[in-house]
Amino acid sequence: MANGAGTPAGEGGRMKALLGWVDDRFPLTQMWNEQWGKYYAPKNLNNWYYFGSLSMFVLVLQIVTGIFLTMNYKPSSAEAFGSVEYIMRDVEWGWLIRYLHSTGASAFFLVVYLHMFRAMLYGSYRRPRELLWIFGMVIYLVLMGEAFFGYLLPWGNMSYWGAQVIVSLFGTLPVIGSGLVEWIRGDFYISDITLNRFFALHVIALPLVLVFLVVAHLLALHEVGSNNPDGIEVKKNKGPDGHPLDSIPSHPYYSVKDLMGLAFFLILFCAVVFFAPGLGGLFLEPPNFEMANPMQTPEHIAPVWYFTPFYAMLRSVPAFLGTQVWGVIVMGAAIVVLFFLPWLDRAPVKSIRYRGPIYKIALAVFVVVFVTLGYCGMRPAVEPFKTMSVLGTIYYFAFFLLMPWYTRIDSYKPEPQRVTYHAH
Amino acid sequence: MLTRKLVLLAVLAAPGTSLAATTAHLDDAGTDIHNVASLQRGARNFAGYCLGCHSAQYVRWNRVAADLGIGEAELQKYLLPAGARPFDTMTSAMPRAQAAEWFGNAPPDLSLIARSRGVDYLYTFLRSYYADPARPTGVNNLVLPNTAMPHVLAHLQGVPAARVELVTHGGVTGQHIVGLAEGTPGELSAAAYDEFVRDTVNFLDYIGEPAKAKRESMGVWVVLFLLVFWLMTYLLKKEYWKDIR
Repeated sequence: MANGAGTPAGEGGRMKALLGWVDDRFPLTQMWNEQWGKYYAPKNLNNWYYFGSLSMFVLVLQIVTGIFLTMNYKPSSAEAFGSVEYIMRDVEWGWLIRYLHSTGASAFFLVVYLHMFRAMLYGSYRRPRELLWIFGMVIYLVLMGEAFFGYLLPWGNMSYWGAQVIVSLFGTLPVIGSGLVEWIRGDFYISDITLNRFFALHVIALPLVLVFLVVAHLLALHEVGSNNPDGIEVKKNKGPDGHPLDSIPSHPYYSVKDLMGLAFFLILFCAVVFFAPGLGGLFLEPPNFEMANPMQTPEHIAPVWYFTPFYAMLRSVPAFLGTQVWGVIVMGAAIVVLFFLPWLDRAPVKSIRYRGPIYKIALAVFVVVFVTLGYCGMRPAVEPFKTMSVLGTIYYFAFFLLMPWYTRIDSYKPEPQRVTYHAH
Repeated sequence: MLTRKLVLLAVLAAPGTSLAATTAHLDDAGTDIHNVASLQRGARNFAGYCLGCHSAQYVRWNRVAADLGIGEAELQKYLLPAGARPFDTMTSAMPRAQAAEWFGNAPPDLSLIARSRGVDYLYTFLRSYYADPARPTGVNNLVLPNTAMPHVLAHLQGVPAARVELVTHGGVTGQHIVGLAEGTPGELSAAAYDEFVRDTVNFLDYIGEPAKAKRESMGVWVVLFLLVFWLMTYLLKKEYWKDIR
């Protein structure tokens, strides 16, 4: 907002002239208007729609805090653990930067999971937003890699053994397995060399990819337009000005609304950062306060909470034909199946509001199952968690693979012509 | 190849096994890092009893002094080992390689022991030694069986005896240690010894995260600010959105 009210006319004029000078040479105003300022979004977006902008905020937070951590972190097996403690103790505000980053990692997954769930509630992945969903899925995949590489960097004992286990999974692949594992590690075991390359991937390679993907995700969104809780296309009803009747410009309306959402998020986020940065071992695992020790495994190796649903699925598949590769395939398939969601769903409506009881129940159970799988993944693979993991895995795949069938036989309510919105 | 298979086996197929599983009941340590007097006593105990063998290599003497309200003169007089400078970290005089030879494994660094093990574990561990002539140190521990660490505080606590009872488990009856009984007495009463250990563990908790007290006191203001900030953004949003019908 170059010409804000209250500035002297002369100054406002000068700012306008400067903006004009830039606009003649670079489409600054045009880009702002297309991407946000005059981007019309449905007016009925509800609380589920905060998590997109929050993901964006956490991405920026991770990049900024990451840059400051990098200034004092040493990516070497001899110094990494000590340099993190140096940051925690001797660097001014180092503890705050580190906790913002470590809490940010968990917060990132939390908001992304909720963002994805929103898409499942309102059918945001359906035509014409399939590519938008696929970009989002690639972001999620890269984010998992980013988190995995980053988790090795503190060089704690859980960092070490977590990386050991996950990298070993690639070793189950036939023929190329052992060569692949060596190639990933750059060594015959998780070593200084592995730490160095994970550092490179974590601080530059994947963040760069992530930023490009987020740009693509946003461009795709602003091209097709936002979905909404009614799951109907607002572009069908346009006003004389060419904008959808049920839409409002993002600025100022969603600027101020997202700011409110951010403030609320920050209250919860800072409560964790300042009062419980470890969150009872969920965000920072106690064994990771011991330095990496190749001679001693932690009592129980478990990944951080955001990977545990998939870890439970991995463990739920027994070895047969002399190989563990089946569990790895199942875990991979659990991610791959998400990419096909836009084509698995055959419902005539998008939003949960107009879907029938079958999908409503299926989705509710899916949420319970996913959380339960996450819990099982944190526990040792003993009964009853073993059986629960097996049942959970079966349900997870049934939910997606039977979707073409059960969304076709479900009953539906008629969609409204215009979005439902109650002024408040 | 073999190690990879072993790791996978250990993780995927044979879970529940563990090297240092603690089945012993842990007592509530009841520590409080805001109790500066307790932390000061803990620092004294730590310098006197722990630092001979253990280090706290990430902890600086002058940081501890500043946080615990210990003046430089007192630091020099009561805490600093001979030859150490105030900005040095807490290193042990015992050479690690030799320590490993003497005890079987080198005494671990204690900077983060409270964060990795928890205060209740440490508090219970230091109060769970018992006489065991079969061990080279003459003592054993309920929390960490066959620990390499001798009972350094034996002259304070004394050495309790193991309380052995016949226990039938799964149809097999055998002698099991079910707790501790009175043994040789020490200089301190049981309550005074508990207090001694509590102060020491409190200090270990503090050095695990020296910024914790500051973090929590700051957090109150940060969250209060954010509540006000949220209220302002709420009112702002309401003002803009009242036009939308």
